[in-house]
Amino acid sequence: MATVATSLRRHSNVREQLSERVVAVFLVGATLVGLLALVVLLVTVARSGAGQIDVPFLRNFASRIPERAGIWPPLVGTLWLMGLVTLFSFPVGVGAAIYLEEFAPKNRITSVIETNIANLAAVPSIIYGLLGLAVFYRALEMGRSLLTGALTLTLLVLPVIIISSREALRAVPRSHRLGAMALGATKLEAVYKTVLPSAVPGIMTGTILGLSRAIGETAPLLVAGAAAFVAFTPDNLLDAYSALPVQIFDWVRRPQPEFQALAAAAILVLLGVLLTMNSIAILIRNRYDRKTR
Amino acid sequence: MNVMTQRPNVLAPDLEDLVNEHETSVFEVRDLTASYGATPAIENVSLDIFDKKITAVIGPSGCGKSTFIRCFNRMNDLVAGAHVGGKIFYRGEDLYAEDVDAVEVRRRIGMVFQQPNPFPKSIYDNVAFGLRVNRMTDHLDDRVEKALQDAALWDEVKRKIKDPASALSGGQQQRLCIARALATNPDVLLMDEPCSALDPIATTKIEDLMHELKADYTIVIVTHNMQQAARVSDLTAFFSVEGSAETDRSPRGVLVEYDTTEQIFTAPNDRRTEDYITGRFG
Amino acid sequence: MQATATRTGLRSQRKRPVQRLVRVALFLCAGLSVMVTGGIIYALAADTISFFKDVEPASFFLSADWAPQSGDFGVLELVFGTAIISLGAMLVAGPLGVATAIYLSEYANPRVRKVIKPILEVLAGVPTVVFGYFALNFVTPSLLRAVYPGCGIFNWASAAIVVGLFILPTVASLSEDAMRSVPTSLRHGAYGLGASKLRVSARVVAPAALSGIVAAIILGMSRAVGETMAVAIAAGATPQIAVNPCESIQTMTAYIVQVAGGEASTGSIQYGSIFALGSTLFLITLALNYVSIRFVKRFREAY
Repeated sequence: MATVATSLRRHSNVREQLSERVVAVFLVGATLVGLLALVVLLVTVARSGAGQIDVPFLRNFASRIPERAGIWPPLVGTLWLMGLVTLFSFPVGVGAAIYLEEFAPKNRITSVIETNIANLAAVPSIIYGLLGLAVFYRALEMGRSLLTGALTLTLLVLPVIIISSREALRAVPRSHRLGAMALGATKLEAVYKTVLPSAVPGIMTGTILGLSRAIGETAPLLVAGAAAFVAFTPDNLLDAYSALPVQIFDWVRRPQPEFQALAAAAILVLLGVLLTMNSIAILIRNRYDRKTR
Repeated sequence: MNVMTQRPNVLAPDLEDLVNEHETSVFEVRDLTASYGATPAIENVSLDIFDKKITAVIGPSGCGKSTFIRCFNRMNDLVAGAHVGGKIFYRGEDLYAEDVDAVEVRRRIGMVFQQPNPFPKSIYDNVAFGLRVNRMTDHLDDRVEKALQDAALWDEVKRKIKDPASALSGGQQQRLCIARALATNPDVLLMDEPCSALDPIATTKIEDLMHELKADYTIVIVTHNMQQAARVSDLTAFFSVEGSAETDRSPRGVLVEYDTTEQIFTAPNDRRTEDYITGRFG
Repeated sequence: MQATATRTGLRSQRKRPVQRLVRVALFLCAGLSVMVTGGIIYALAADTISFFKDVEPASFFLSADWAPQSGDFGVLELVFGTAIISLGAMLVAGPLGVATAIYLSEYANPRVRKVIKPILEVLAGVPTVVFGYFALNFVTPSLLRAVYPGCGIFNWASAAIVVGLFILPTVASLSEDAMRSVPTSLRHGAYGLGASKLRVSARVVAPAALSGIVAAIILGMSRAVGETMAVAIAAGATPQIAVNPCESIQTMTAYIVQVAGGEASTGSIQYGSIFALGSTLFLITLALNYVSIRFVKRFREAY
């Protein structure tokens, strides 16, 4: 009897206990590395850049003299890109998602489109830059314009928007569609009166997250002809432009510590833009969650 | 009724009596077969659904009851690979004729599902949904109120009509779905196990409601609950599964017996019906 | 007959031209993606073909001397750069990512998981140009030079580390998905036999989720291969086969950015070379993704 009782005690198998502990500590430690890296990254950027941000920095144009350099043209360029990419990619992406999720017949064409989108999502962003360079810049003669950049980024985010919108549509119970159609709604009516309203928060969050990734992209813009130095802010689609990540890249490459600090400041502004977008996404999600539940 | 003569007459002799007795058939089902891809669901079903009567469809699971009533409003069209053969005449007209529009069919033949499925909208908007879709938006408030009254839900919700439907209890949600279906003045109401997700009290309320609705609507109800069929229906159709792996025919649902509910539950003609209702099977 | 037809009115429907129109419009939206792929292939192929008219394919693929100014296009030096960065990044992200996944899936309680996962997503959302800055201003001066003070400011170790951090969330999150979809019954079965948490994680869950984990790692690899900015900033621009992690190298992507950002004239061999590199890159990532999808499918079949 006594031996059975003691064998249930914790210290009965010290070695196993110990290895349990060691592994658990290792796993927690590994998880913390990722979190710690993010914190250190943010602190590094903030310590160097926070002091640089003031109104002249936001309103000035690029300059070879660090004290006079500012980010006004790239900031405006990034906001332009954001608007244009949203305008182009949102309707097409959501439309494609609705087609594939609600209307597409199960046939070869559909499966080709689906495989194709999955593959596009995995194509490196720089390849989209080459696409923009060859097609928009050269073949369609749009040059180093805002339009070239916006279309390039649009193609880049389309797969992301399509995939996340499809997930949002799929999350709407099938019984809503059937219920609507049993009441005599056409398929289209069922989709835009019951399915879409329920899927909007998911679609919006997915789209905004996709867009925020596009806004942080540098390589495709560089390859498709964004400029680091622009002496004016763009005011039409065919103007040359710069964008925050491009400006950051230009400064990071310079050895002088002053330019590194400017890069850090510009990074903070870029992260601020991204943070705003993500907050909007979260806000939308929470608001709709309360409304529908 | 010269229309009758144009259609194949395949009713069993005892059903002929029923036809004569009740006169108006809303649906005439002739040799109906339905399958999903290569899998058959029901085969060679023939029966009539009579006006202003409640017809119950009972049988063991897998016998194709749900598939069967989904043929009446062409909901099976929405399932990829579903195929319907044979004929269904709705008030004399072939439901599956080339130029018949499934959407128009569903506007006349309402349906209530197994799980209450209110839209994530307000109570009011749920009832108004079908009205708006069918462009019956004159006197919208009155129509919504009327439908809720018909579904015996008005008194419970009249003070919170703009509240989300999801806040209602399961039984209330199901009555809301009935109100939603009634709002557009359908001719027929199809109910696919409407009480299987509800508690006994909510079930009683729905059954009471069905008795009232019978005055104005033709109702077809699928139920796995034999007591319910006995309580609410005028006529009962018993489906069973036939064929199995051993007989190298894949199992499919067949109509075993169709008669007045009283007859089915007191003196069934078919051995299989008797076994089922006495609990020896299924 | 006529009378009944009118009464039921089943045929009195509108033809619904709007529905048809919308459907076609939606189809075109979906079909656009195929055109994008067509565009990519066209964009890459046209200039790649003309490039190979000037440069022997054999001397491109089989030689390790990349000096475009003197007309040498031996891609192996750049391939080495890409490979060493990807492998280095995998060395960081593989163990850390899988460990994070095991922790989140098997050890962490739901509340902790709910906090940690979004933070990791933020890490994945940081623009890669920022990781470049991080490599230059923290990883090299504060980490690498603490170990080896002679480390050059441009070196492939720092690039590999930040790329590893960049793909860490991808590896962690996909591996976690794979582990969480291992049925609980399997875990309970093992616990019921008296297995410890460690045993269950290492001997039951991880092997069952193995192909999912492999898929996650390969996908992370493909991200690393295509990663551009962090590498272009941190690893410098020296095409060479350098085993020393403190030396500068150049990857295929970094070279593309260098040329496209400069003013190589359209139609020059150098200009063509970036498309040849693009094609190579495209095929490599396509192959990696294909392999990854195969692993995912195998995993799906198992469960």
